[in-house]
Amino acid sequence: MQKSTEIGYNSKIEGEVIVTKLDSALNWFRKNSLWPMPMGLACCAIELMAAGASRFDIARFGSEVMRFSPRQSDLMIVAGTVTYKMAMAVRRIYDQMAEPKWVIAMGACASTGGMYRSYSVLQGVDNIVPVDVYVAGCPPRPEALLDALIKMQKKVETEPVFAELAIAGPFLKKA
Amino acid sequence: MTSLESAQQLHARFPNLVSKPSEFRGELTVAISDAEQIHEVCGFAKATLDFDYLVDISSVDNYGDDPRWTVVYELASLTHGCHLRLKTSVSEEKSELPTVTTVWKTADWHEREIYDMMGIRFRGHSDLRRILMWDGYPYFPLRKDFPLAGKPTELPDVAFTNPAPLEGGPFVTAAGGKDSIAREPRVRTTEV
Repeated sequence: MQKSTEIGYNSKIEGEVIVTKLDSALNWFRKNSLWPMPMGLACCAIELMAAGASRFDIARFGSEVMRFSPRQSDLMIVAGTVTYKMAMAVRRIYDQMAEPKWVIAMGACASTGGMYRSYSVLQGVDNIVPVDVYVAGCPPRPEALLDALIKMQKKVETEPVFAELAIAGPFLKKA
Repeated sequence: MTSLESAQQLHARFPNLVSKPSEFRGELTVAISDAEQIHEVCGFAKATLDFDYLVDISSVDNYGDDPRWTVVYELASLTHGCHLRLKTSVSEEKSELPTVTTVWKTADWHEREIYDMMGIRFRGHSDLRRILMWDGYPYFPLRKDFPLAGKPTELPDVAFTNPAPLEGGPFVTAAGGKDSIAREPRVRTTEV
């Protein structure tokens, strides 16, 4: 008869304590609750909505809370064609988001301007905001966006939090 | 009343102004010789001929020819189920003609779009601002002498533009090629 083996955390042996690094713990919180700022500008936004709906269900990755206020969001998903008329607004919303913040460029237009080699379209949103993950497709399927989200989580996971704060933060320096 | 009867009535009412109708693929077009009279013609078309719906106004840039601009009015009558096209010419020096917003309210945005893209002004329009580009954009991008890639502009705190990289393009599809390799979009310099 096969015996089941216990894997992972065994509270009977190790007690009610988990030991980890503060950086890892914070990153674990962050990566599992990336609240998106849905910057829906064109047809990619339809796929973004599909990713939020029940069939694809972005909630499985902790990102179901679409925040329409930049103050409450962590991850800007630029979904669609960024025209020059909209560019300053995208930049302003990005500036209004609280740190830490990340950007996904969803689809060909947001990544490079796509098929719009035109006087009116910004040739890639990375001209105005720093992009972490690019998603190919025109428009990308919701699975592709979810893949980008998982890649984003992998990136968030490995970011230094306190190491960086101790260098850059004026508040910590004073103390 | 059919399109043909409407066009004939219009010609009978303004014999020196409105041409006889010409037909192309089942659609009738009349030319208006003096753009300054477009308001009267449209007013008559709506009030008497029941053209209650203005489908579209568009403009053509006949670059190099005189007069440079052609303004095209697409009229439809929901009462009679017919369609009529009015064409009129405007010279580049003038670039101005009377508005028809007092005839059809929907002309408001059509005229603003033509002003935005071609730079033709409509006298008497109540709110002639750009509709797609921002106020302060210095060019009219649908003119033939405006480059496809665009021009660099800068309006601080509002918007900026840069020329798009065309990589030797524009990429043009050749219709009627015998396979997809012949048809697919490629750099094709137009021979004149």
